[in-house]
Amino acid sequence: MSVRAMTAPGHESLYSGGMRSWLTTVDHKRIGVLYGISALFYFVVGGVEALIIRLQLASADGTVVGADTFNQLFTMHGTTMVFLVLMPLSAALFNYMIPLMIGARDVAFPRLNAFSFWTFLFGSLLLNLSFLVGNPPDAGWFGYANLTSKQYNPGMGIDFWLLSVQIMGIASIASAVNFTVTILNMRAHGMSLMRMPLFVWMALIVQVLMLLAFPPITVAFIYLMFDRFFGTHFYIPDAGGTPILWQHLFWIFGHPEVYILILPSFGVVSEVLPTFSRKPLFGAPFMIFSGILIGFLGFGVWSHHMFTTGLGAVADTAFSLATMLIAIPTGVKIFNWIATLWGGHIHFKTPLYFAVGMVGLFIIGGLSGIMHASPPVDIQQHDTYFVVAHLHYVFFGGTVFGLFAGIYYWWPKITGRMIGEGLGKLHFWLMFIGMNLTFFPMHFLGMDGMPRRIYTYAADLGWERWNLIATVGAFVIAVSVLVFFVNAVRSVRAGEPAGGDPWDGATLEWTMSSPPPEYNFAIVPVVNSARPFWLHKFGPTRDISTRTREEGTPPQPDTPPERIDLPSPSGWPILAALGLSLVGGGALVGLWLVLVGVAVLVFGVYRWAFQPLERLGHPTFGPAPGGGR
Amino acid sequence: MNRERSTFLQTLLAALPLLLMGCGAQGPDWRTLQPVSDFGRLGADVYDDLIWWTLGILVVVELLLLYALLRYRSARSESEVPSQVHGFTALEIAWTLVPAAILFFIAIPTVRTIFELQGAPPSEDALEITVVGHQWWWEFQYPELGFVTANELHVPVGRTANLTLSSADVIHSFWIPQIGGKRDLNPGSENRLWFTPTEVGEYYGQCAELCGTSHANMRMRVFVDDSATFAEWAAAMQAPAIPDSAGAMTFLISGCAACHTIAGTPAQGKVGPDLTNVGRRTTLASSLIPNTPEHMAGWLRSPDSVKPGALMPDLNLDEQRVNELVRFLEGLR
Ligand SMILES: [Cu+2]
Ligand SMILES: [Cu+2]
Repeated sequence: MSVRAMTAPGHESLYSGGMRSWLTTVDHKRIGVLYGISALFYFVVGGVEALIIRLQLASADGTVVGADTFNQLFTMHGTTMVFLVLMPLSAALFNYMIPLMIGARDVAFPRLNAFSFWTFLFGSLLLNLSFLVGNPPDAGWFGYANLTSKQYNPGMGIDFWLLSVQIMGIASIASAVNFTVTILNMRAHGMSLMRMPLFVWMALIVQVLMLLAFPPITVAFIYLMFDRFFGTHFYIPDAGGTPILWQHLFWIFGHPEVYILILPSFGVVSEVLPTFSRKPLFGAPFMIFSGILIGFLGFGVWSHHMFTTGLGAVADTAFSLATMLIAIPTGVKIFNWIATLWGGHIHFKTPLYFAVGMVGLFIIGGLSGIMHASPPVDIQQHDTYFVVAHLHYVFFGGTVFGLFAGIYYWWPKITGRMIGEGLGKLHFWLMFIGMNLTFFPMHFLGMDGMPRRIYTYAADLGWERWNLIATVGAFVIAVSVLVFFVNAVRSVRAGEPAGGDPWDGATLEWTMSSPPPEYNFAIVPVVNSARPFWLHKFGPTRDISTRTREEGTPPQPDTPPERIDLPSPSGWPILAALGLSLVGGGALVGLWLVLVGVAVLVFGVYRWAFQPLERLGHPTFGPAPGGGR
Repeated sequence: MNRERSTFLQTLLAALPLLLMGCGAQGPDWRTLQPVSDFGRLGADVYDDLIWWTLGILVVVELLLLYALLRYRSARSESEVPSQVHGFTALEIAWTLVPAAILFFIAIPTVRTIFELQGAPPSEDALEITVVGHQWWWEFQYPELGFVTANELHVPVGRTANLTLSSADVIHSFWIPQIGGKRDLNPGSENRLWFTPTEVGEYYGQCAELCGTSHANMRMRVFVDDSATFAEWAAAMQAPAIPDSAGAMTFLISGCAACHTIAGTPAQGKVGPDLTNVGRRTTLASSLIPNTPEHMAGWLRSPDSVKPGALMPDLNLDEQRVNELVRFLEGLR
């Protein structure tokens, strides 16, 4: 028999309520679900863009799309996957899980949280609106100046791109402030920083990186905006500006952004591997400090994206050595993950498949990254398909696999239902095979001289075979994603009820029902271990017969013993977000719309500021005040 | 279900990247690993160093991962709990120091080569060439020899070529994989790149930095000539023959001269590629099409359908005019 503790029945009512309740929700769990659904939707959009790219390149002299369309497709694919898929998918898991994992009733600023989500959503819609006006951006996801200048790019595409990414940047910064405060201030009693789950640790580092990395990119975008809208010359060489300034500002953001995208996945894997090998994370303090070190060093390596720019031997050497240094803490993480599996009782469930897949694939991306750290080697690989292979082993093999590990791991917690193991493993194998078929041959293509971002190539270059294989692989990935959606729908419709603790978890989120109640914790837990629920179930010793249940954190009771007040839903954050997006989007239409946006924004923020958190009729739970006690 | 077999199958599947690597490694005749210059050789040598370190680490770490998975695969009941090991500091120190040591061995050749590659050219009498990137073609100036050409670079074998790189519009990147690593052409500033070609032949290259619509079509050829061939080519460039003055007239009145230069004629336009001795080139339209009368005619009729976005306008030439121009241009040799 399992020693699995009994938890209360799930609170499906968490998700009930009409459209209005979703638009005005301030519940971190519902906002997490909104982020997740949006991100998965854009995953399909960005995926379709990738499939068209692959069809065009399947043979030499492809005729599926033209030159301009192709440039638009890869620009939108990159921008979509980075800003509309990977970041919000991480945000989904952060939103849903962090308060549950640290024992909080919500995030520090619930309405700011709603504002972040809606600002992100409106920003992402603005970006895709460029398809409707027939002019998506076409200068690549890192939009090098001066190709983005009015002179060489007179259409509106670049404007859509720079405005929407700035709007989404505001969402990210707001959310970073929110989660930094949440993690630092809202932990349950006894949860010291060193007892905090690794996922929360990585999330904290990501928030700090966002706070520090988004300002430089905002400056870069404001310069570009001034160049394009007001005729300044920050990046215009003819007028004394310098296009290379953009490269510095972009990559000072861009390299930390890589860690913003990969650390959440590191965090997930550091939760999943211990759970399914039934051991604690090996070397947890080293995992924490290596994460901090990676984040810190990440700000000092940006020019490794610029080894062909011509910065000189001294700069190249400094950035090369700094980049190599990052390999050390990254290696520490990989070895600790393997050591976590070592000696465990490994249970091969779908989340473990994805987590292990992430480790195995990320190693490949990390090692090709070491090659790029060496300028004599990098100048051959830079801007070729070798780099395309590298970045997809990091972002697809690393981030996507890691986030799917998280989705499968927390799916029962979020939906209250189990998700099919058979289809889950099918999803894994198809995605694993498809991913390697697609991206591994790209190493060969790059080494053979195929640059990235070309819509066509000549047949006599010998690039057709591996390109065709990559295209086949891309469609295998597409099928795997389809399997995931089928699995998800089947689970939501008719999945087996999960119970609170389906995986025999160690952390606080498993002490509550699935899905959790609106108020999360009926009793705010007291924590005296990094694995409070494990300690409750198994005690400090290996011998289960002598375990002492008292030391850990017990499962949550069914109903709160005391009255719990929750913040009331509010429509003002979404209105403020709408106003902000109108300010940005209005710049494409006319000054009047910008002014309308300003008015809506000011009005929304004003009403928001003066609306009490707990209004008449706000949600309450537990015994009524003064009654029955 | 047969557990053994499925384990075996899954191990096989997990080894897929390694299999693919085998397929690729079976014929690494990749251009970047076939250097034909000292510059390319230096980079390829560092690659040869790095690839063994990285492949070695890859195999060891992936095997450790696979071993752990297979060895500790559990069928045991959930009430049994493995030994709860929290960590082991000596191990942590080991797997910090060992990678650091490996990186040290990677860093040494890296740093040495960085300074070699970006130092002064190895020879005093280097051939100076100025490369200017344009949307979407290459301008090659030979200031010492006094002529300019486009899209097909000629260099003598065994003599160092010293390139000055810049751009007339947006950022491009100069890259001939077999010659060596790329370097950007930045508008408003100059970069340098030297190489000493070691093998006679024709080598493929193309722009490596996204530069707009026809970035993919911004291709070039490099001809590494033996000294006699190069001298003959340079002499012809310095004193081009103009066999057909009627054709030259057609070239002028058709408007071509507004953008193009043909040395020895009144055509002195500077916007488009220099067409001196264009009949001697093997390719047209930045190396996009072979230099045949048919392709030349097609290009003159509709530049945009050959090279999307091409800045050369469609002059709506009638067939007779096209034929005259083709005859004239192909005769420039
Ligand atoms: Cu980087
Ligand atoms: Cu280009």
